[in-house]
Amino acid sequence: MKLLKNLLKSPMFVIGALLFLSTLLIALLGPVFYKVTMERVGAQYGAPTAQFLLGLDDLGRDYVSLLLRGLRSSLFVGLLAGVIATTIGTLVGIYGGFRGGVVDDVLNMLTNLFVVIPSFVVLILISASFKEGRSLTLIGVIIGMTTWTWSARAVRAQSAALKSKDHISLAKLNGDSTLRVLLVHILPYIFSYVFMVFILQVSSGILSEAAISMIGLGPLDTVSLGTILNQAKNTGALGDGIWWAFIPATVVITLLVFALYLINTSMEGVFNPRLRK
Amino acid sequence: MQNDILFEAKNCACKFGHGKKVVKAVDDVTFDIKDGEIVSLVGGSGCGKSVLAKMMLGLHHPTSGAFTYKGEPITDYQVHWREVQAVFQDPFSCFNQFFTIRSQLKSAFGIYKEKPSNFEMEDRVDQALLAVNVKPSEVEGKYPFELSGGQMQRMLLARIFVLRPKVLIADEPTSMVDACVRANILDYLMKLKEELSMTIVFITHDIGLAYYVSDRLFIMHKGKIIEQGAPDDVTQRPKSEHTVQLLEDIPEIHKEWIKR
Amino acid sequence: MAIFEVDKLSLHYLTRFGQKIHAVTDVSFSMEQGEILGIAGESGCGKSTLVNGLMGLFIPPLYPTSGDVRVGGESLMGRTPEDVRASVLSRKVSMIPQGAFNALNPTRKVKDIAADVMAAHLKGVDKKQIYERLKDRFDLFGMDTKRVLNSHPIQLTAGERQRSVIGISTLLNPQMVIADEPTSALDVTTQKVVIKMIFDLLEKGIFSTMIFITHELPLLRHVANNIAIMYAGEIVEKGTAEQVVFDPRHPYTKALMGAMLSAEPGQKHRKPTAIEGAPPNLANAITGCRFAERCPSVCAECKQKKQEIRIVGERQVRCDYAK
Repeated sequence: MKLLKNLLKSPMFVIGALLFLSTLLIALLGPVFYKVTMERVGAQYGAPTAQFLLGLDDLGRDYVSLLLRGLRSSLFVGLLAGVIATTIGTLVGIYGGFRGGVVDDVLNMLTNLFVVIPSFVVLILISASFKEGRSLTLIGVIIGMTTWTWSARAVRAQSAALKSKDHISLAKLNGDSTLRVLLVHILPYIFSYVFMVFILQVSSGILSEAAISMIGLGPLDTVSLGTILNQAKNTGALGDGIWWAFIPATVVITLLVFALYLINTSMEGVFNPRLRK
Repeated sequence: MQNDILFEAKNCACKFGHGKKVVKAVDDVTFDIKDGEIVSLVGGSGCGKSVLAKMMLGLHHPTSGAFTYKGEPITDYQVHWREVQAVFQDPFSCFNQFFTIRSQLKSAFGIYKEKPSNFEMEDRVDQALLAVNVKPSEVEGKYPFELSGGQMQRMLLARIFVLRPKVLIADEPTSMVDACVRANILDYLMKLKEELSMTIVFITHDIGLAYYVSDRLFIMHKGKIIEQGAPDDVTQRPKSEHTVQLLEDIPEIHKEWIKR
Repeated sequence: MAIFEVDKLSLHYLTRFGQKIHAVTDVSFSMEQGEILGIAGESGCGKSTLVNGLMGLFIPPLYPTSGDVRVGGESLMGRTPEDVRASVLSRKVSMIPQGAFNALNPTRKVKDIAADVMAAHLKGVDKKQIYERLKDRFDLFGMDTKRVLNSHPIQLTAGERQRSVIGISTLLNPQMVIADEPTSALDVTTQKVVIKMIFDLLEKGIFSTMIFITHELPLLRHVANNIAIMYAGEIVEKGTAEQVVFDPRHPYTKALMGAMLSAEPGQKHRKPTAIEGAPPNLANAITGCRFAERCPSVCAECKQKKQEIRIVGERQVRCDYAK
């Protein structure tokens, strides 16, 4: 509770959280107030009008509808990738840091291997190999499976620092199993770090999806902010000066990621006493 | 069964690090600890006394020499910890700050293969709290940070009253508390010995405290046990220079300490 | 003439719920040049709060209730922490804190930490001069100056760290030093080394007057000229070191002495007696004697009547029944 109070004192956090919450609300409640339609409603790349505020796309679809749909997809992909990456990373990191020795060395090597291999290249290769059925969920899973190394590294250091603490010794003397020690005696102490990493993983998931869709390897089953940009690129909207084809989507992605980064940095200031000053 | 040997170490050492940076925390120690006695390990900071204590608990392992409990090397720690338990220096760092003290005292039963019934567990926690002069209602629903240092040190001891192990390793339980609480804690240690005939290994840097509680004193310096014997022998006829030093360093009220 | 005077000082903390906790009540004493006053008591008796009050450092939630603190006749009350830091601390009154580990920034070398502290007090002195001064001073203590100054705190032993802290906080030759449990985190051998250093500083005239705070009465017997015993925010007994240690008159001081242990021959079977019970809650108003609940010689009257300081056997005692 005190933590939340401190967080609310930080203007960065308040701005970030409000921004993120409003995008979330727009994505969830937007379709309730705005008639979302994927049908053709006008001419190709029709300019913004009072009825269609952000104009029409290549296929004559309404951009506001597309953005609402796309925002929802991006949030979904980001959260899915974030949950997967944070879970894998936390498990690998917490166990490696706690066990130390050979187990830690092996897990560390595995982590470093994933760090060295550019995950984006792996992402492209895997996505490209799925010609059929490349769904949004699949992309989220792939992103999550390739970017967990951040979490693993952050959590490993924390877990290693905690393992020699007295309360861990005492938990062992209580006969607690390794799993219980990890979940009950280490995880709560590093939860703030895990949460911070989770925020970063979500934003990186959103960015990765946008990037991979942009180059044409995005989901085939739905619209995402990335596929909107891809379509704009493919039809040469950029060269023709059709600003409503790419600027609104770019602004939405930027705002979303910016909000998450604001939350992350402000949390670091509150969680880390050394930076508190 | 008095005077059975519990711990026995022959030329035991415990090293940390590799290559040139090897630190011999415990270096070639030979000793035994008998059933029912209070032995004090005395030495300055960094003398290896805490590492030796953790070896007895099985939290560190000897790198050479033979170290046995009841004649056998320690292999199954779950079994070992049913008989050998510990209290540490800083009680605040010993408890998980996210759970209530009572629930953590109860979780000590985890060391048993078969836990007693819930009613018996609650009852034993109540009894243990009363044994350290704390009314169970005083700590009901309390978290570690809500109690004072002296109370927390008692909670650590209450955990020992809950488990009633055969051996207690007390690693500097008095170095972070003031004189009043210190006398209190020593009282409880004596109570554990007298009422539950517990064997106690008491670790301290203050030879004065050690003299008061123990049946035998081990003086440690740079990883070695340089002197062992009965408290009166060691304090009145110290054989090593270091022991003389330790004795001189305690500010006694009746003795010249530092000239001004 | 007294160089340091404390006049009926009372301090309180303000909790988040607006409750006042009266941590220090009605403390008065004055110190002459060259005096070493020891203050002893259990943890939570208000010793550390008193230290902040004595230095005029009122940082919320700590507030002065009433009373005055005067250094060389100049009052410290009603001034901002910045003003006190700039004009009083380090020059007139300097503090040696409890844990040397917390006092030193782990990411900086000892000499840089010292330079930072000095730069805050001496305007327009360059780093080189500060290093020179630091080197001379550390040489004076017989420390391994070069190595210590160029080390990070973590590379030093606990004793070296504490001696560095003392060296830095006395660099400006303060008139008076307040030492708040400077040795309680150390082992007995290191404690002696640190105390020797403090005596060395006194002998060399780097400072002459000191308040030494600890819970170890036997240590105070060797360090202090005069001892004040605190209980629940009040001074309950004050006299010379010999008077208080060998012939305590207040029941609390007696109990405190009973809790001490020693390795003196023939003492092995003397049981130290702990004081049962706990000090009163200082958030409540207390009418009678604060020690009444735990006092072995309590009577009906002292539970009701507030005890005042009176002179018994040439020392101050806050107990109407002390003989």
